[in-house]
Amino acid sequence: MASESELNAGIEDGVRRRDFINIAAVSFAGVGSVAVVLPLLNQMSPSADVLALSSTEIDISAIQPGQAIKTSWRKQPVFVRNLVAKEIAEAKAVPLSDLRDPQTIDERTKPGKENWLITLGVCTHLGCVPLGAAEGENRGDFGGYFCPCHGSHYDTAARIRKGPAPTNLVVPPYEFTSDTVVTIG
Amino acid sequence: MSFPWAKPYEPTHPLMKWMDEKLPIPRLVYNATGPGYPVPRNLNYFWNFGVLAGAALMIQIITGIVLAMHYAANVGVAFNSVEHIMRDVNAGWFIRYAHMNGASMFFIVVYLHIFRGLYYGSYKAPREMVWLLGVVIFLLMMATAFMGYVLPWGQMSFWGAQVITGFFSAIPIVGEPVREWLLGGFVPDNATLNRFFSLHYLLPFVILGVIILHIWALHIPGSSNPTGIEVKDEQDTVPFHPYYTAKDGFGVGVFLLVFVGLTFFSPNMLGHADNYIPANSLSTPAHIVPEWYFLPFYAILKAFTFNFLWIDAKLWGVIAMFASIALLFFLPWLDSSPIKSSNYRPLYRIFFWILVADVLLLGWCGMQPAEQPWVILSQLGAIYYFAHFLVILPIVSRIERPLPMPNSITEAVLAKHAPDVKSVSATA
Repeated sequence: MASESELNAGIEDGVRRRDFINIAAVSFAGVGSVAVVLPLLNQMSPSADVLALSSTEIDISAIQPGQAIKTSWRKQPVFVRNLVAKEIAEAKAVPLSDLRDPQTIDERTKPGKENWLITLGVCTHLGCVPLGAAEGENRGDFGGYFCPCHGSHYDTAARIRKGPAPTNLVVPPYEFTSDTVVTIG
Repeated sequence: MSFPWAKPYEPTHPLMKWMDEKLPIPRLVYNATGPGYPVPRNLNYFWNFGVLAGAALMIQIITGIVLAMHYAANVGVAFNSVEHIMRDVNAGWFIRYAHMNGASMFFIVVYLHIFRGLYYGSYKAPREMVWLLGVVIFLLMMATAFMGYVLPWGQMSFWGAQVITGFFSAIPIVGEPVREWLLGGFVPDNATLNRFFSLHYLLPFVILGVIILHIWALHIPGSSNPTGIEVKDEQDTVPFHPYYTAKDGFGVGVFLLVFVGLTFFSPNMLGHADNYIPANSLSTPAHIVPEWYFLPFYAILKAFTFNFLWIDAKLWGVIAMFASIALLFFLPWLDSSPIKSSNYRPLYRIFFWILVADVLLLGWCGMQPAEQPWVILSQLGAIYYFAHFLVILPIVSRIERPLPMPNSITEAVLAKHAPDVKSVSATA
């Protein structure tokens, strides 16, 4: 048994040893609880196999000017379009001040390969796949892509021009590994 | 918690006495839904919908537990396991159709329950907590229904999951990481399907818990009634059993007739044919719409097609959609009129019916493609929706002159059923 004097040790500054022990114990339990919650929340983040995103190689030799193909990377659709000169000219003619998400076509393509427009086929509004990659699909008011879900229109450089989407179609990281092969990722 | 004249629970059988001392569940039931709970004598059929919502939840839980015995939450087999339920499992088609249409029935009765509350001012003091818990239940129902719709892993399941989790990506800076955390990937995939199944199984029991709180909070002041006048003495009430057990029983019968009619004769009427196509992450259906019960909110989301102030259109849409529901939490304080029932509120009554029409208009717009004239109609509908709660309601409740009210529930009931004075004097 602790004597009265031991229990009241240090009481002159208002804090007893027992108060210190109480606060320390409860704080430690609190830290422990938080530490346990972290893995329980973090388990929901993308797992290692999902993150181990393989890069995708695409053969672009068969894509004629004016054509586009739809492929996939990280399970997301990717549009590869071979722009014609008129489409490039149209994209260059737009003043940047007219754009919601100002970017030139040069910033969205590789130097010397500005006819190859490679973007994710994921509308930046709520993630639908826009139309316009396949032959005969609605390409919207600006001749690029059109998302039918909520009516976003993208221009020939896949930049947002009209509708609710906040940003241009995303250009994924990619490299030309040869003149006819592109590696995405 | 009850009125002083409530009939006390007095068990006579020795077994019931023994039980009452050890675990007084019979006493709880007797005092909550039995002869021991006095209820206003004048409740109309709109007061059935709480019980009907409870019945719908029980149907969903029972059919859902059975479906989970046959369903497999894996993107490789989920779609086929649902078809297996439909074609191979004994009575599987019935159980799945009952679960599908049960969700619609649950929302139908809950919407009627909510509009009953709006018309009769059930959200007002002393029942604010009942209303707040009700809004929580409504939110939980929406989350549960959404995740359930993803489970068959058809085209609408996949793209519904993509669009709805996309709401979170509208949040500045943390939005995209939050969305990836919710999905467990970059697109809805196996991780998403598994966690949605887990939560879809959990949330109905959370709803059940909040319903118990909802009823508990209700039983403290006791039920409201169509006059909105509080109970004054014993003659204003009747015991819940047998009066309202009978009235609710009749309502449950009508509800079941509609429910089985829908399930047997038109089971896919409220669904989308696209959901019978397996999920394809590379092709969005031409026209994606949510289930009918989300359409008004979806129209509000779609109404924002332009950037405004420093906030972009996407975030506006998401904010407005969540705000349209969150607004309901403030309703008890937006309406300052002390009169509960719209029967005595000539001005509010008109705006109540305009709100009903507005919500139906929004629902209709939600179904349409993102084109004119639907966009402008959604915008007008959304503006009116917010104006109703934030402008019209506070003003109306200050300037309105209510109609003369009876002194008590009994007086209102007797006046309604009194012999016509003129015809009596004519025969005399």
